[in-house]
Amino acid sequence: MEPFSTHTGIIATLNRSNVDTDQIIPKQFLKSIKRTGYGPNAFFDWRYTDDGRPNKDFELNDPRFAGRSILAVRNNFGCGSSREHAVWALFQDGYRVIIAPWKEVNGERVPGFADIFRNNATKNGLLTVELSEEEVEQIFLAVAGNEGQKATVDLASQKITLLEPNPMVCSFDIDKGSKKQLLEGLDDIELTLQFEGDITRFENEYDPMLSPASPPLDKA
Amino acid sequence: MGKTLFQKVWEPHVVRELADGSTLLYIDRHLVHEVTSPQAFEGLRLHGRKIRRPELTFSTMDHNVPTTEDRMDIKDPVSAAQVEALSRNCQDFGVTLFGLGDRRQGIVHIIGPELGLTLPGLTIVCGDSHTSTHGAFGALAFGIGTSEVEHVLVTQTLAQNKPRTFKVEFVGRPGPRIFSKDFVLKLIGTIGTAGGTGHVLEYSGEAISALSMEARMSICNMSIEAGARAGMIAPDETTYAYITAENRPYAPQGEQLERAIAYWKTLPSDDDAVFDRTLTIDTGRIAPQVTWGNNPGMVVDIDQPIPDPDQAGGYTRADVENALAYMGLIPGTLLTDVSVDVVFIGSCTNARIEDLRLAAEILKGRNKADHVQLLIVPGSQQVREQAEAEGLPEIFKSAGGEWRYAGCSMCLGMNPDQLRPKQRCASTSNRNFEGRQGKGGRTHLVSPQMAAAAAVAGKFVDIRQWPET
Ligand code: SF4
Repeated sequence: MEPFSTHTGIIATLNRSNVDTDQIIPKQFLKSIKRTGYGPNAFFDWRYTDDGRPNKDFELNDPRFAGRSILAVRNNFGCGSSREHAVWALFQDGYRVIIAPWKEVNGERVPGFADIFRNNATKNGLLTVELSEEEVEQIFLAVAGNEGQKATVDLASQKITLLEPNPMVCSFDIDKGSKKQLLEGLDDIELTLQFEGDITRFENEYDPMLSPASPPLDKA
Repeated sequence: MGKTLFQKVWEPHVVRELADGSTLLYIDRHLVHEVTSPQAFEGLRLHGRKIRRPELTFSTMDHNVPTTEDRMDIKDPVSAAQVEALSRNCQDFGVTLFGLGDRRQGIVHIIGPELGLTLPGLTIVCGDSHTSTHGAFGALAFGIGTSEVEHVLVTQTLAQNKPRTFKVEFVGRPGPRIFSKDFVLKLIGTIGTAGGTGHVLEYSGEAISALSMEARMSICNMSIEAGARAGMIAPDETTYAYITAENRPYAPQGEQLERAIAYWKTLPSDDDAVFDRTLTIDTGRIAPQVTWGNNPGMVVDIDQPIPDPDQAGGYTRADVENALAYMGLIPGTLLTDVSVDVVFIGSCTNARIEDLRLAAEILKGRNKADHVQLLIVPGSQQVREQAEAEGLPEIFKSAGGEWRYAGCSMCLGMNPDQLRPKQRCASTSNRNFEGRQGKGGRTHLVSPQMAAAAAVAGKFVDIRQWPET
């Protein structure tokens, strides 16, 4: 996995909430047994018309967003299916950072991203940034008012800086594990294999009652 | 302070705590299907790695398989290649496969419980978000991505951040023809499709205790549609009766079973256990639920009008307008005035034998409306056999329905069963996302009896007013 430290790029906006992974990469592209080739099919049903041409009405096809690599969206992005193909598609379509707002509903914090999507993203070097609704609204306004609006995202300091002419700085939270994995581009299987001894020890002492199909019954 | 069911399952699986605050968790059962596994097996080959515990890994083919008589001959070469890849991978890496043509083949979340692989107290994962289904047994079961599939194959563990807990209590007694599908749609309509994100739901209360295992599975199945990765129900006598039924080859037997049950009895949440959140829903007030939009939270009681874009709680005006435009619906319309083109009874939510019996109860001695296509797709080949033993296919066929072989079918059109653009479908599946059942298709999620009645009437009906059968 490519490490992520800092990224500067053009921001594109998609004014939708609850964008599910069926929209990010529709089912017909899940038949591939490869990890590559998904980029042009990201948002396929929205992106192209029935005769295969770019759909002019789809926001991300706006020529203003040519060369974009940061995507700002609304709440609950990546919900639904666990398909990692959604992350592969976004990454291969050139996105490096996705920004979504958390929001408050009845005193509870509703996260900006669905759980499985966020995990999958981290494992592929795609940074998910959660901001407040007001901050994301500011980004939408900045992008609407200025073609080619850019931002710099710095993971080490956990900051997004919108560049001129709409300068603005937002801080974001990220859990320690995801941050380290992204910064160092770590292979998490390698990481876990360092604990091989712990896993073996665990298996030796494991109560088979929990797992009646595992062999050593007489050890209980 | 007491412990929750979730804590009691989580804690014995902790291999170690990691420096970043996450936990390395041991995985007891790994279920695999053809769509989300090829790249994981490719990763194994690339690094020259093996599967750590192939005997804890089980696989089947469900998403791509055709459901018609000639299904062994998959015409789509890309689907065929994916199915073949799974066969080859299972053979090369020593994984048990219930493949196409096997008596035990079926939708992964239906065959796990059926074969006795799904048991209380276990950790179960699968590269599929509806793995939450297995939580109905008091297992901690959740969906994972393909990178995580590879991680589990190699290490039999996963690094996880501990989720928060959310108790949803279903109290009271539901009215006639109100099903667990209505319970869970009501819940999602109440808390929204992200309302459970970051949490493990525990369903409890007298209305849950009264449900069969199969009905419990339908609820846990849709936990993910509320954003939660997992939903759990404490094991009880209903659970043990299901597990000790005949024909569960992987369930413990004899003395091992007795010891297992003694252990399972310790799992329910303690009375003084504390949850991060709680919610109570009175099932006596739940009406039959129908979705009107493009996520499962966009749902109404069958006797309520489709909401106005400004009055749909929790959604922006743009969200609602997009959804209504896609669905071809006008605010204020009653769904009982909306006709359907296709009825799909199937999927890991509602394609178990009890679901088919419920549908048959409505269809018996009746005919589907002429303009409706009615598809009944059993969730597994064993469900199919059982239905045949009970004479259900005759009822379905004489009503004008198509009786199919096991697979995901029209839940997601990765196989030949798909909606055409603008076709409207009453579906017992779990997702009404745009294009899910076929590009441009319009999905309304309902219970099996609501679906069957829609097939007969040719439009949505309030099943509470259906004549007694
Ligand atoms: S039936 Fe539908 S939801 Fe269930 S596993 Fe198959 S595709 Fe997924």
